[in-house]
Amino acid sequence: MAQIRIENLRKSFDQFTAVEGSTFTIDDGTFFAMLGPSGCGKTTTLRMIAGLELPTEGKILLDGEDVTFHRAAARDIAFVFQLFALYPHMNVGENIGFPLKCQGMARREIRERVQETARMLRIEHLLSSKTSKLSGGDRQRVALGRAMVRRPKAFLMDEPLGALDAEFRHLMCGELRDLHDRIKATTVYVTHDQLEAMSMADQIAVMNKGRVEQIGTPQEVYDRPASMFVADFIGSPPMNFLRFEGGLRSGDRAVSFHDTSLAVPEIREDRANAPLALGVRPEHIRFADAGAVRGEVFGAEYLGTTQIVTVDTAYGRVAARLPSSASVRIGETIGLEFNAARLALFDIGSGLAIRTASEEGPRHG
Amino acid sequence: MTAAATKSTAHSIVEASPRTKAFAGGLVILYAVITILPLLWIVATAFKSQSDAIAYPPKVIFEPTLEGYVNLFTVRTRQTPDFIAKLPPPQTWYDQLVRKRDMVIAGPSKVVPRFVNSLIIGFGSTFLAVFLGTLAAYAFSRFRIPLADDLLFFILSTRMMPPVAVAIPIYLMYRQLNLTDTRLGMILLYTAVNVSLAVWLLKGFIDEIPREYEEAALVDGYTRLQALRKVVLPQAVTGIAATAIFCLIFSWNEYAFAVLLTSGEAQTMPPFIPFIIGEGGQDWPAVAAATTLFVVPIVMFTVLLRKHLLRGITFGAVRK
Repeated sequence: MAQIRIENLRKSFDQFTAVEGSTFTIDDGTFFAMLGPSGCGKTTTLRMIAGLELPTEGKILLDGEDVTFHRAAARDIAFVFQLFALYPHMNVGENIGFPLKCQGMARREIRERVQETARMLRIEHLLSSKTSKLSGGDRQRVALGRAMVRRPKAFLMDEPLGALDAEFRHLMCGELRDLHDRIKATTVYVTHDQLEAMSMADQIAVMNKGRVEQIGTPQEVYDRPASMFVADFIGSPPMNFLRFEGGLRSGDRAVSFHDTSLAVPEIREDRANAPLALGVRPEHIRFADAGAVRGEVFGAEYLGTTQIVTVDTAYGRVAARLPSSASVRIGETIGLEFNAARLALFDIGSGLAIRTASEEGPRHG
Repeated sequence: MTAAATKSTAHSIVEASPRTKAFAGGLVILYAVITILPLLWIVATAFKSQSDAIAYPPKVIFEPTLEGYVNLFTVRTRQTPDFIAKLPPPQTWYDQLVRKRDMVIAGPSKVVPRFVNSLIIGFGSTFLAVFLGTLAAYAFSRFRIPLADDLLFFILSTRMMPPVAVAIPIYLMYRQLNLTDTRLGMILLYTAVNVSLAVWLLKGFIDEIPREYEEAALVDGYTRLQALRKVVLPQAVTGIAATAIFCLIFSWNEYAFAVLLTSGEAQTMPPFIPFIIGEGGQDWPAVAAATTLFVVPIVMFTVLLRKHLLRGITFGAVRK
C-alpha cells in the first residue's frame, strides 16, 4: 500500500484546462474521495494518477517515487471503471485472473489467487459464469476482484457505483467501506454523489472547475466549508446564503445584518466594507417570533422525520429543516432564528469563507 | 377483471399475427426464388449439352453431361473421324467424351491458374485492406490526431469517384512501375480501393467498443499493442468479418481494372470467363461451369462468416 502525492498537477486539452495546479497528499491506507460536479476535473486527475492521461505540468509521487511519466502498467495501481469494463469474451474467473496473466504468473498460482479473491468478495460460485449473465452488483464485485487480485499499491475508482440503481448503490457503499477496512488499501474514489463520498471517505477533496476547493474529513467539509461552492455543493438542501454588506473586525462576535445585529462565531480577520454572505445550514434554523429575519412560508416538503420548509424573505428564499411534527401553514408570516455558533460568513467577491472561531474549533473525526 | 371472462380481440403491437407472419414468410420465399433462380439456371446450364443450352423453348428437363466442365478445363483440337479412329483407345472418360465430338484433348486450359490468381488477389487484397484498415480505424478512434476529420474525409474522398474514372492514369503509372499484369499490382490496387471502406466501417465498430476495456488492460499490464490484439480485436471480430466480406466481394468481382491491367500472368476469373465462349463457338455450358466455380468461394466465405455478417450489418443500429 502506498502514499500518493500530487504536486502542482495541471492538465489542459487545447484551450481548455481540465485540472489546474492542485497539490495534495493521500496518506497510506486512506479512503480518499474526489467529489465535484461533472467536468470539475476529478476524473482527469484520477486518470493522471493511473497513467491513462499524461499531465501538462506537475508531478505524481507514489510512495515518494516520481511516476509522472511511467506507463500505466508500471505503476502497480488498479483501476475500477464506472462501466466495470469486464471483458465480454472471458468468464468471471478469467476476468479476475487477467491482470495476473498479464504479469505472466503461473497458471496454478493464478487459480489460487482468483479463488482467494472470490472468497473475499463472496462470488466463488460465479467463477465460471459469463459476465453478461451477472447482475449489476455482481459485475461490480468482479470488477473489484480484478482490481484486488494483484494486491496493488492503490485502488483508483471512477464512479464505480454510478451504473447501479439507488437501492443497490447503498448496499455496495457499505460493502466497499467494509472491504476497505479489511484490506486497508489506499483508495482514491471519484464521485459526484455527496452521499457516497460522505458515507465512505476518510478524506474528501471537493473540486470545482479544475481546482481543489477544500480537502477535509466529511465533517469538516460539511460543517466548515472553505468556500461558497463547497457550502452550496454539499448538503441537501444546500446551505442558505443571505447577502448583506458590511465591514468586519477581528474579535467581533456580531455582524450588522441589514440594520439588525446578528450573533456569529468570533470573527478572526479584518475586512473593509464589502458584499458578504451569511451562510446557514437548513438544520440550524428555528421558527421564532422574535427572529431577526422575517418571511412568508412558501412551501413545505415532507421527508418523514423532518420536513424542508421554504420561506421567502427580503434577502432571498431560505430553506429550513424542521421536525415533521412542526405545523406549518403556507402563506403565514414567521420569524427565523439562527443557531449563532454554526453560522458561516463568506466574501462574495472571492467566494471564500471568512475565518471565524468555529473554523478553528475542535476538529472532529 | 378476469382474463378468462374477457376474451380479448385486440392483438399485440409487438407480436405479429399468424396471418402477417405467413404473408411475410411468403414474401421472403418469393424473393429468395427470384434471386436464386438465375443461379440455379447457371448451375443447370453447366450440365447441359451445347445444343440443349441454346434450345428454344428452354429445356428444364435434359440429359445431364459433364461436357461443359470438360471443355472448361481442357484445350481441344478438331480432327477428322479417320484420324481419331487411328488413335489408341481413349484412356479416360473425358477423352471418350471429347472424341464423340470429333475432337482430341490438346492440354489443360488456363482456368486453374486464373482461378488461383483470383484467390490470391481477392483474399490477399482483402487481408491487407482489413489489416491496414483496422490499424488506421483504431488510431482514428482512440488517439488525438491532428486534422483527424480532414484526414477521414480525404480517405472517404478516394471512394467518391468510380475507380474506373482513374483507370487510364493508373494504367500509365502501372506501366512505368512494371506492375501491369502482376498479382502484386492487382493486390495493391484492390487494397487501395478497399482500404477507405475498411477504415470507415471499422472505425464505426471500434468506436462502439468502450475505451475502458483497453484502459483496464493497460492498467493491468498490457502494452497498447497487446491490448489492441487481445482485448479490442476479439470484440471487433464481428465488424472485421463484415468488412472482410464487403472487401472480398469487391475485389473478387472487379472486372474493369482486371480487363485493363491483366492479360496473362495475373489475369483473374472475371476477364477470363468471357474468353471461354470464343473457344469452339457458343460454349455456354463451359461458361456456366466457370461461373458456378467462380461463385463457390464467395458463397462459402459468406456462409462461414454469416453469423458475424448479420450482426455486423445491423451493429450500432440499436443501443445495447
